[in-house]
Parts: sequence; C-alpha cells; structure tokens
Amino acid sequence: MLLDIKNLHVSINGKEILKAFNLTVNKGEVHAIMGPNGTGKSTLAAAITGREGYEITQGEIWFNGELINDMSPDERANKGIFLSFQYPVEIPGVSMTNFMRTALNAKREFNNQPPVSASDFLKKMEEMKNLVEIHSKLTNRSVNEGFSGGEKKKNEIFQMAMLEPTMAILDETDSGLDIDALKVVAKGVNALRADDNGFVVITHYQRLLDFIVPDFVHVMYDGSIVKSGGKELALELEANGYEWIKEAVAEK
Amino acid sequence: MAEGKDHNNILDEVTSGEYKYGFYTDIEMDTAPKGLTEDTIRFISAKKNEPEWMLEFRLKAFKYWLTIAEPNWAHLHHPPIDYQDIIYYAAPKKKPSLSSLDEVDPELLDTFNKLGISLEEQKVLAGVAVDAVIDSVSVKTTFTETLSKKGIIFCSFSEAVREHPELVKKHMGSVVPYRDNYFAALNSAVFSDGSFCYIPKGVRCPVELSTYFRINAANTGQFERTLIVADEGSYVSYLEGCTAPQRDENQLHAAIVEIVAEHNAEVKYSTVQNWYPGDKEGKGGIYNFVTKRGLCRGNHSKISWTQVETGSAITWKYPSCVLKGDNSIGEFYSVAVTNNYQQADTGSKMIHLGKNTKSTIISKGISAGHSNNSYRGMVRVAKKATNSRNFSQCDSLLLGDKCGAHTFPYITTGNESSIVEHEATTSKISEDQLFYCQQRGIDSEKAISLIVNGYAKEVLNKLPMEFAVEAQKLLAITLEGSVG
Ligand SMILES: Nc1ncnc2c1ncn2[C@@H]1O[C@H](COP(=O)(O)OP(=O)(O)OP(=O)(O)O)[C@@H](O)[C@H]1O
Ligand SMILES: [Mg+2]
Repeated sequence: MLLDIKNLHVSINGKEILKAFNLTVNKGEVHAIMGPNGTGKSTLAAAITGREGYEITQGEIWFNGELINDMSPDERANKGIFLSFQYPVEIPGVSMTNFMRTALNAKREFNNQPPVSASDFLKKMEEMKNLVEIHSKLTNRSVNEGFSGGEKKKNEIFQMAMLEPTMAILDETDSGLDIDALKVVAKGVNALRADDNGFVVITHYQRLLDFIVPDFVHVMYDGSIVKSGGKELALELEANGYEWIKEAVAEK
Repeated sequence: MAEGKDHNNILDEVTSGEYKYGFYTDIEMDTAPKGLTEDTIRFISAKKNEPEWMLEFRLKAFKYWLTIAEPNWAHLHHPPIDYQDIIYYAAPKKKPSLSSLDEVDPELLDTFNKLGISLEEQKVLAGVAVDAVIDSVSVKTTFTETLSKKGIIFCSFSEAVREHPELVKKHMGSVVPYRDNYFAALNSAVFSDGSFCYIPKGVRCPVELSTYFRINAANTGQFERTLIVADEGSYVSYLEGCTAPQRDENQLHAAIVEIVAEHNAEVKYSTVQNWYPGDKEGKGGIYNFVTKRGLCRGNHSKISWTQVETGSAITWKYPSCVLKGDNSIGEFYSVAVTNNYQQADTGSKMIHLGKNTKSTIISKGISAGHSNNSYRGMVRVAKKATNSRNFSQCDSLLLGDKCGAHTFPYITTGNESSIVEHEATTSKISEDQLFYCQQRGIDSEKAISLIVNGYAKEVLNKLPMEFAVEAQKLLAITLEGSVG
C-alpha cells in the first residue's frame, strides 16, 4: 500500500471540511477524484501534503507504511509525495533553474546523496523539458512569474518529472489547458506511470481521463467519497452530472 | 547556471542560527584612556605621528562637535550613548610594516581564515588587493606593487597623510565637511584610520579594491575614514566588507566615506555590512552611524553605491551622491535586512546640481522578528539642473507581523524639465510561496532564504561576483530562525 487514508477528518479554522474520508492507493494505481466545487478535493490534497492550517481532528494518513499525520510538508515531499497545485504560486526573482536545483538537492540531501552535478542536472532538465514540451526560455525565468495559465500547469508536470515522486497528486492540472497542452500533460504523467508509484488525479472533466486512464474513479461530495467505480463512472458523471449522487446521499 | 550553483552552495553552508563571526582575536592592544577631551585627540594624533595640519583639522572638528547635539529625526530608538565611556583609540601593538604575508601576526591570519577571507587565497585566486583593517591600524596591503605601476595609490589613511599630504589636504572634507552632521564631526575629530585610494587620469583599476573592517576590542568605538579620488577618465571598483566578533556592550561606529569623481570618472562602491546585530533579545550589537557621500564633480562622471546591510543593532546610513557635473550619474542599490530587535534607518540622497543628471535608487528592505526597517531618501533637483531624471523604487518585505517597515521619501524639484519618479511597495512572504517551496522538499528556512534572495536579486546582481556570494550567505544567516 502506497497511500492509506483512514477515517480522515480535517478542519479549517474549526470548520470541518473532510469527514470520515477513506482512500487506499496501491503502487501502480491511478485514482481519479471528481466532485462538485467546494467538496474538499483541494483540502484533501492539502491534508496529504501537510499544509499548515489544515487540522487533522481524527483519522490517519499512512504513506509507505508510515504514519505521516504530523510530518512537515518538506519531509513528506522528500519522501516522495508531490502535489501539482491547482493554483501554482509565483516566486519573483527565483529562477526555475535555481528553484529546481534547490529542490532536487534538498531531496538528495534527505536521502544522504551528494548534490547533483551541474552537467547531470542540466541533462535532466533538458530531458524533462522535452517531455512536457516547455520552452527552454521558461526555465530561465522566475518561478511561474508571468507564465500563462497553461504554462504554469505544464511547469507543475515538469517539476514532477524532475523530482520523480512515488505519490503524485494532480489538483485540476487539466483546468484551463487547451487540447494540445492537455495531451502533453497526459503524456508526461503516462511516461512517469510505473509499478512502484501511484497517482491521484483530481479533475472535473472526463476529457483528461481519456488520456490518463484511471484504475478507479471516486466521487467526492461534502467531504467524503460517496461513490467509487471504474473508469466508466467518469463517463456516467459526464452524462448525468452530480445531481443523482447528491440525491442518493440525501436519501441515506 | 552559475547562479544556481552559488545559491546551492550558499544554502548548504548555512547551518546554525548563531552569529557565526562571533569570535574574538586576542591581539595586544595599545589603547587610549576612556573618554573624549582635547587631550584624547592630541593622544591619537601623536600616536599616529601626524603633521600639525591634521591635528588642527581634528581639533576644529572636535570644537564644533562640542557645540552640536546628536540628531534625533531618525526612526531609531536606543539608550543615550555615553561618549565619555568609549575608548577612542586602540591599535595592535606590533607596528606592522610588512612585505609579505608570512610576517603578518599568525593569529590575525587565523581570524581572516575563520572569516573565509584568507589573504593568501584572495591574493592568488581572486586578484583582489586587500587592505585589511583590524580596529584602527591598517595591517596589510597587498598588490600595492601592481597598483603602483599604474600610478594607483591604495594605502591606509594614515600613510596617505604622511606620504600624500597634498592629495589628502585637497580632498579630505571636501565631500563630507566636519560640519556636515554630528557623527561626521565626531569622526573628523577622532578617526583612527581607514583607506585612501587615488586613481590617476585615464587609469582603469585592474582589480577590485577591498577593505575588510573588524571591530575587535571591547568598548572601542571604531572611526574609519575612507577617501577615494578618481581622476579624469578613471575607473575603480571598491569593496568594503565587515564582520565583528560577538560582544555584549554596544559598540559605536561612526565612519566617513568620501568619494570624488572627476570628469568621465566612474566609481563603484560596494558594501556588505555584517556587524554584530545583538542577540535575540536585542542585547548588544553595533551602533552604526555612517556618513557616505560621493561627489560627481566632473561632467559625465558616475558614482554607484551598492550595499547589503545585514548587521548592526542600529544602522543610520544614507550613501549619497552630489551630481555636480553635467550629465553625471548617481546610483544607489540597497538591501537592508533587520531581524530580532535590529533597527535600520537607511536610504540615500541624490542631489542634482548639473544639467541632464540622472539618478536611480533601488531599495529593498526586509524586516523580520521585532525589527524596524525604514527607508529615508531625499531627491533634490536644483533649479539649474534641467532635464534631470530620478527614479526611486523602495520595496519592503515583511516576515511576520511584529516587525515594521517605513518609507520616508523627500522630493523637491526646482525646474519643470526634470522628472522624478517614486514607487513604493510593501509585501509579505506569502504562506502560499512558503508552502509551495516546502512541497518541493525545501525546508522553511531555506525557502525563506530563497524567496528573500529572489526579492533582493536586482540589487545583489549589482555586486561583484565574489561579494554577491557572501551577501547571499549573509541574507540567509541573518534571517535564520525568523519563522517559527
Ligand atoms: N482557508 C480556508 N478557510 C475557510 N474555508 C476554506 C478554506 N479553504 C477552503 N475552505 C472551504 O473548504 C471547502 C472545500 O474547499 P476545497 O478547495 O477543498 O474544494 P474543492 O473540492 O477543491 O473545490 P474546487 O472544485 O472548486 O476546486 C470550501 O467550502 C471552501 O470554501
Ligand atoms: Mg480545488
């Protein structure tokens, strides 16, 4: 088991957002999470990655057999958890190159490895830039500064490719992407899919799942998963919307 | 790539939160008795075998100083300074007049090594001529020979007084008169030593000239005096860097730097200041009251100040340019960081007197802890300074909510053809930025250092390479422990 979330309750400022949330992701699996706006999908991502202000009031998050409830965000990251942000942040004056190298070396230091050599680093940058088809000039610019919406999202996938996480969470990486960019993002993710890692893909659109084919689809509503299924579930949601699910929940 | 590499080296080297340069070198001192009277001044002057004219200058300054009061307009708070409780002269006893590094006091060399500025290395690798000042006497000047071939004079101020009295007499006090302000008067009365630099006509100084200052004796105020004269068509880049050992008593520092640039001359003056800032509770630390001013005397001359201020409990400092020559240019690039209980009131003055003169002020203030960081800038365009331009940008970055940032711009424009622009921003390191870095595996201390260095990049880029590295380190060290 790669990620095992048990009966998770998460509050923000005392308001409970995640309620008895359960999810298990095994190595080699891709899970899609769908659900109406404001149900807590990004909150889940924040809780898994350890963001401050997201208080776990109950439940457990296990990662690779280790309870990570109280682990710092950077330690989780260095242990292999990656989040592709719904809204990537700009960091003026810090070049992508510098940022990436700092991040990569932080991970290497964490694993008692020496810093990456300049030539290896550059080679890897080149390779991954090609993979996600981002313009060379982009990595000379400051982190996300002035990037277009699509460029920001591609840049997230670029960083994921550079850091090679074992558990990657993609929070609406497809939102705002044109069809070509969507394919590029999917290509990046598919290239990284392997037997020893897992993905949680948060999305509103079936479209992405045509390219990144999930093993499981979960519907989240009001802080917990209310329905799970195979990839057909996404098609069903696309056709019928969420009303039938909301009604089903209301009936219970 | 170079930039990425430095950055990571720097971050790697940053390890503990304590002030790293807090060690103390025990070199036998030869000190004046505590307190300041006419006798103290005569003692200093005699110790230094000064000519009569120099003593007279000091005494005039002292008499003037007695008639004026400490300024109180700055946004600074400190207990009153007891000027009678200060030792005004301390010198290493061994009078050095050395031809090679082997002759330098080994303990002193060791100090430099701890600071990571080994003279040997610098001499061989960096091509930097170093005039190292421990307390008050210049200990070692390297590269003098190379320089003297080009007619460049780079020596201690005392030596200049002895060897080049005409130059000193002509320029000393011409940019910062002793009547300029309280601390300038004090310095003029008691200054101990410092550096003197003269670049002859048409000469481009082939190396970065640098001076390292250290304050190294308990209760010894340090009163440096630097004079740089760039003759017509010459160029020099001058570096000043400081670190001081950890001390409990507050130490007063009141330096003067004067720069003269003649026609077509250019002077770049860069400072990294890292004096002991006091402990986390605000105890101890250096009081730094500095007067730095450059005079663009000739047409088409240029003076730029670049400073990275991370140290001192109190910083009072406004490196300025008087743009007298037509088409002359003044620049000021500053990063001032305050943490814990540090206070900084710093900025620049640009005085436009000549036609078509240009000035730029870029100031980046960074405040953390309980500190207070003020930008104070004056831009004055005289009536005759037609078609002049100034652009000022003052940004403040706040870390946490217990610190303060303030901006005090004073602008006067005496004609209608000139344009003065002032922009100011205040921002905080956002939770989002921090988390973004952390999510990529970068811990919060490194993340802050990364973000802050990015924020200050525009200024850091102006520093000579080897200095930029040191400056980035200092930013990181200064801000350690500023997030919980
Ligand atoms: N910092 C916060 N303070 C208060 N409420 C918050 C905060 N962050 C999120 N919430 C609330 O928590 C709920 C879940 O938000 P979340 O961002 O997790 O939803 P989401 O499922 O990702 O929605 P979307 O599909 O629109 O991205 C929302 O009602 C939101 O308003
Ligand atoms: Mg969301």
